[in-house]
Amino acid sequence: MAIISTAGLARTFLTKNGPVEAVRSIDLTVREGEILGFLGPNGAGKTTTLRMLTTLLAPTGGAATVAGCDLATDAAGVRRACGYVAQSGGVDPQISVREELLTQGRLYRLTRTQAVERAGELARDLDLTGLLDRKCGALSGGQRRRLDIAMALTHRPKVLFLDEPTTGLDPGSRADLWDLVRRLRDEHGTTVFLTTHYLDEADALSDRLVVVDHGVVVAEGTPSALKLRYGGSLDASLQDTFLAITGRSAAPADQTPVAV
Amino acid sequence: MLLHDTALVYGRYLRQSLRSRFALLFGVLMPLLYLLFFGPLLTDLPLGAGGSSWQVLVPGLLLQLGLFGASFAGFSIIIEKGHGVVERMRVTPVSRLALLLGRVLRDATVFVFQAVLLVLAAVVMGLRAPVAGVLIGFAFVALLTLSLAALSYALAMRMDTPQSFGPAVNALTMPSMLLSGLMLPMTLGPAWLDALSHLMPFRYLVDAVRDAYVGSYATPHMLYGALVAVGLTALSVTVGTRVFRTA
Ligand SMILES: Nc1ncnc2c1ncn2[C@@H]1O[C@H](COP(=O)(O)OP(=O)(O)OP(=O)(O)O)[C@@H](O)[C@H]1O
Ligand SMILES: [Mg+2]
Repeated sequence: MAIISTAGLARTFLTKNGPVEAVRSIDLTVREGEILGFLGPNGAGKTTTLRMLTTLLAPTGGAATVAGCDLATDAAGVRRACGYVAQSGGVDPQISVREELLTQGRLYRLTRTQAVERAGELARDLDLTGLLDRKCGALSGGQRRRLDIAMALTHRPKVLFLDEPTTGLDPGSRADLWDLVRRLRDEHGTTVFLTTHYLDEADALSDRLVVVDHGVVVAEGTPSALKLRYGGSLDASLQDTFLAITGRSAAPADQTPVAV
Repeated sequence: MLLHDTALVYGRYLRQSLRSRFALLFGVLMPLLYLLFFGPLLTDLPLGAGGSSWQVLVPGLLLQLGLFGASFAGFSIIIEKGHGVVERMRVTPVSRLALLLGRVLRDATVFVFQAVLLVLAAVVMGLRAPVAGVLIGFAFVALLTLSLAALSYALAMRMDTPQSFGPAVNALTMPSMLLSGLMLPMTLGPAWLDALSHLMPFRYLVDAVRDAYVGSYATPHMLYGALVAVGLTALSVTVGTRVFRTA
């Protein structure tokens, strides 16, 4: 069953230098409980797509449903179902970790007692317990990222959108985050929609990949299907496959003229 | 839900204000300086109004405090946008109106606190005014703060840098201050200036508060002032909420 489906989703920004077609037309579906890797070069329109699917940005074209709620007519329903970790996070550096977690719980309409309880659980799950009384501004990059994720999990969302969740994390923290994502899916059936520029991460984590470029979907399939089709063989690296799809380097080996 | 959400947002930002107590006091500095160094110049001048010169000046300074304080309220939201806090909140089911109301109510609270300090200082300097009039004055300026802060947040939501926001606000507040007769009554000036100032909504507020400070409550000034204040608040909150919904 599709938990996310979009049809011709588009967003054009009007700027002083003319219109920018950030997202031209995105058609995709995500099954419930799937981990979807949403890839694409810088400026491809990934963040813009995520901001539309989380109701932050009104589409200028097309339609989408998230968790059965129509983006255009039931924004409240979409918000209840989604958690979102923005590319640049979303905590106030002057406020303590504890206060941010509590406020987030209250924003999701938990009672005070429930919010305290949930903040404790999240802190345990994301290894923040010892940091609760620190100012958010005093956290390391990796600790900040764990906090951002904890905030997005406050209401146990059905769909979790992660925009480059592991950028800036050390290898150990990245592995922890992969475990967490898998655990969310396995234990809670959470659907995870994540963008990343780390192709090993996309490879290891995703059930399926969607590659966008210039605001449209240019390829989709399981990592192995894409490797076979665009990289030439199952042993191709996802890196080469990605470059072949987005045309940022030479075409796959079998199409390269022999003379080169 | 609106009440719950507004209280939540209000609490968050009130705590923010309390963390920077210095800024809280600094806000009253400018009107306080006017009170100390400008006020005494007026005591023997014929200002063409009933009551003492303090009853003319203090209402103007109160509105000045509200005008400048509230107009720059948007700065804080530009910084918050940079941290991603605004989007993080807009992704939750929290009421959009509450995101605005919680903030502007905090601004109104801060203002009333500063206004009380200013009036106490003015009493020391020689102001004598009826208590009811002083309370009416606070009410007017609370409404002014609410509406200006709402407009300021709306403007700031549309801007990306403090560098573009500051000049835009300055360009709006300076003429508003001069044209609404906050320092001296406009009736002292030539007819064209007086007429021009009637295009400024703040003109009606300051006239109303000056009437309140001399104890005349049932006057046309009071009626117009009240209508303008309520109208301005309704308009600004509508505009502000719309921006929070779509920005
Ligand atoms: N608010 C905006 N106003 C104007 N243009 C914008 C705005 N937001 C994004 N864009 C433009 O839209 C395009 C897509 O941006 P987007 O942030 O969605 O890319 P992305 O795929 O997330 O890239 P990255 O991998 O670098 O994060 C870019 O060309 C960007 O400059
Ligand atoms: Mg991005």
